[in-house]
Amino acid sequence: MKHPLYYKTKKITLSILTHLFLLIVVASCLFPLLWMIGSSLKTQQTIFSDMSLIPKEMHWENYYHAWKQGGFSRYFLNSIFYTVSVVTGIVLVSSLAAYAFSRFNFVGRNLIFYTFMAAMMIPIPGSFVPLYVLLNKLHLRNTQLGYILCMINVGLSTSIFLLKTFFDKMPKELEDAARIDGCSKLGIWWHVALPLAKPVLAVVVVFNALNVWNEYVLALIIFDNRNLMPLQVALTTFQGEFITQYPLLMAGLTITALPIILVYFLMQKYIVKGVTQGAVVG
Amino acid sequence: MRAKSTLENYLFILPALIIFSIFYIYPFYKVFQLGLYDWDGISPTKVFVGLGNFKEIIFEDKIWWKSMLNASYITLVALTFQNALAFCLALACDRQIRMRNFYRTIFFIPPVLSEVVVGLVWQWILDGNYGILNNFFVKIGLPHLARNWLSDPKTALNCVAFVHSWKGFGWGFLIFLAGLQTIPRELYEAAKVDGAGAWQVFKRITFPLMIPVMVLVAILTVLGTMQAFVLIIAMTGGGPAYHTEVPVLRILASMRGSSRFGYACAQGISFGVILVIVSFIQYRLSRKAREIY
Repeated sequence: MKHPLYYKTKKITLSILTHLFLLIVVASCLFPLLWMIGSSLKTQQTIFSDMSLIPKEMHWENYYHAWKQGGFSRYFLNSIFYTVSVVTGIVLVSSLAAYAFSRFNFVGRNLIFYTFMAAMMIPIPGSFVPLYVLLNKLHLRNTQLGYILCMINVGLSTSIFLLKTFFDKMPKELEDAARIDGCSKLGIWWHVALPLAKPVLAVVVVFNALNVWNEYVLALIIFDNRNLMPLQVALTTFQGEFITQYPLLMAGLTITALPIILVYFLMQKYIVKGVTQGAVVG
Repeated sequence: MRAKSTLENYLFILPALIIFSIFYIYPFYKVFQLGLYDWDGISPTKVFVGLGNFKEIIFEDKIWWKSMLNASYITLVALTFQNALAFCLALACDRQIRMRNFYRTIFFIPPVLSEVVVGLVWQWILDGNYGILNNFFVKIGLPHLARNWLSDPKTALNCVAFVHSWKGFGWGFLIFLAGLQTIPRELYEAAKVDGAGAWQVFKRITFPLMIPVMVLVAILTVLGTMQAFVLIIAMTGGGPAYHTEVPVLRILASMRGSSRFGYACAQGISFGVILVIVSFIQYRLSRKAREIY
């Protein structure tokens, strides 16, 4: 039998080493972001010489210049517009379908449902090629509507899955009561089912919002018109043209990243849920 | 009455079905059709070439195979380095440890950021002339370690793989942690009572019970990493001299660069088939592994 102190020391040492390891990883996660923000506050001259994380002089006007001259105000509004429209579309379309898959009986229900689910699992790399051709044919390329519809489709399968799983577990009594009161199916969906589904709707909203905000390749092939581009594509264009304007680029990156980080901190619970549940089916 | 009710049922799924048919089913079918043609994307006539595109991909397209090799390399790094790190972190956070929520919050920041943001920030850090990394090496007296990280063929691919893992490990961490927390605590206690050491507990309880989760993470890592390309657009654009080129970038180049829409579709099909086969093999191997334990 070893001395009790031996076990205690061993435990404390182990705990310190664990925290040390975790903190090193934390530092590696945060450093690039802090460096990005620090660099965005330097000037075109000091950025190449001042290697401090927190610059001596803070040049907040970089954000003003990026916002105005870099055109980030336009791209920012575009990104907000796309995110809100797509997420609204996904919530409406996928909750209608998920509700029907969960509650109604109709011919072909399972076949259609499993087709949606299969779409989550079968990768079609390069599907943007026929999508480009199709949008051209429909005169939807280089339009906001074309991009929004494509992005609604991207989020559809996962959202239907999350919502249907939730509806399947939800008790039917309230809906039955509403039906007896003479409420239509559509009315029950809107007045009873959707309000009850708020927890899972939050997951669907946050998850899809992150997805749309960060989307790149569809926006790249759909938009030629710079005024319609969302932030992600605008950033690579900006970088290509103003290759040496690092402070402005870093300000643009911060403008792009901050809303996401903010939403993440506020809605963490739902994002974690979406990731772990989404992975189970993916 | 019945008929009206049935119609109503279909109305619920109609919007989803229309969008899905137009933007998923139709392109899915179209990609297989276009793969058999030679077409520039604009001209009204398409030239039927049968399997000609596929023949060219398999026997002549050296850059395509180089891009496959690069993607496989990045995937290998993600499978080993990224997932091992994620698993170790999850193990560390699974026990009653202080600041667990803090760690979890921070580790998942890189995954929520866009690949463009991550790519451009790291490009700036790794910049050959003014990057902080080279500056750091000079400061600590090891200037010979400084180099043009992203334009040096020797380091470019490793840098991309590293940044990809940096962005991805938090995601694996989250799934591993969720998996670890489903293991009943009683099992650990029972093992302790029986006198099992930490290594024994890991080998006999944690590891076997985590195999399904590991397989899931492995399959998703392969599918995700093989198809990753936006990070590479932001970091290197596929250069220097195709050293960081990946398959989806090649498809994009066939379409936008050389206007070969049919060829791009054929590349997409070949790649998709390979991905499906690989995940199927992984799934089968996992069933074997479960039988052993």
